[in-house]
Amino acid sequence: MIALTSDPIDVTSALNYLQSSQAGAVDLFLGVVRDNTQSRSVDRLEYEAYDRMALSEMQKIVDSAHQCWPLLGCVVIHRTGTLLIGETAVLIGVATAHRADAFEACRYIIDTIKQTVPIWKKEIFTDGEVWVNAHP
Amino acid sequence: MVTTSTGLYFVCMNSSANVLLFGIARDLTGQSSVSVLLAPSACVSDLLITVHEQYPALLGIRSLLVAVNGEYAEADQPLTHQDEIALIPPVSGG
Repeated sequence: MIALTSDPIDVTSALNYLQSSQAGAVDLFLGVVRDNTQSRSVDRLEYEAYDRMALSEMQKIVDSAHQCWPLLGCVVIHRTGTLLIGETAVLIGVATAHRADAFEACRYIIDTIKQTVPIWKKEIFTDGEVWVNAHP
Repeated sequence: MVTTSTGLYFVCMNSSANVLLFGIARDLTGQSSVSVLLAPSACVSDLLITVHEQYPALLGIRSLLVAVNGEYAEADQPLTHQDEIALIPPVSGG
């Protein structure tokens, strides 16, 4: 399952989706909004996506993960819009027979999302704002 | 019309392409899409040159890729006016 959503991410639903009698491991990664970056105080984050391409790039990453590891199930959900401190911005869930594959696949998916998927994050500070990675 | 040694060619008018903008590119131009004049044979690198001429503020972005019909495009990929073209600033999801 791959999704972009402006609603809060439902972790329980994602875990239920990953349930499999063959799965000995379910690895869940949550990317969460923290209250600071490089010692600046963060008020909130604003996420924007090029929806159709973000979905297709996430699908490519999941397809590639399926080729590299024997996945029994996989969930990728990314938020858009305004997120406050403590909210979940991204969820990656992977079910496999054994834990090593689950850890590796989960790590691969989140790392690659950060490199290729057209989603942008603006940090809103108490004293300004900046698009992450955008400046020289 | 122009006559050359290899035959007869019609001189086509430049046409404008609609280019989608996201993130810092949208903020710097104040627009979620812009119209860019393109020669009929233009490719992705021509688009980037023209878009930077028309919107020099975009030169302040660390890097700018181009997506055509929802796929990352190479510099030499030709463009047509039916293509959905988007500028892709450095991504920062997750």
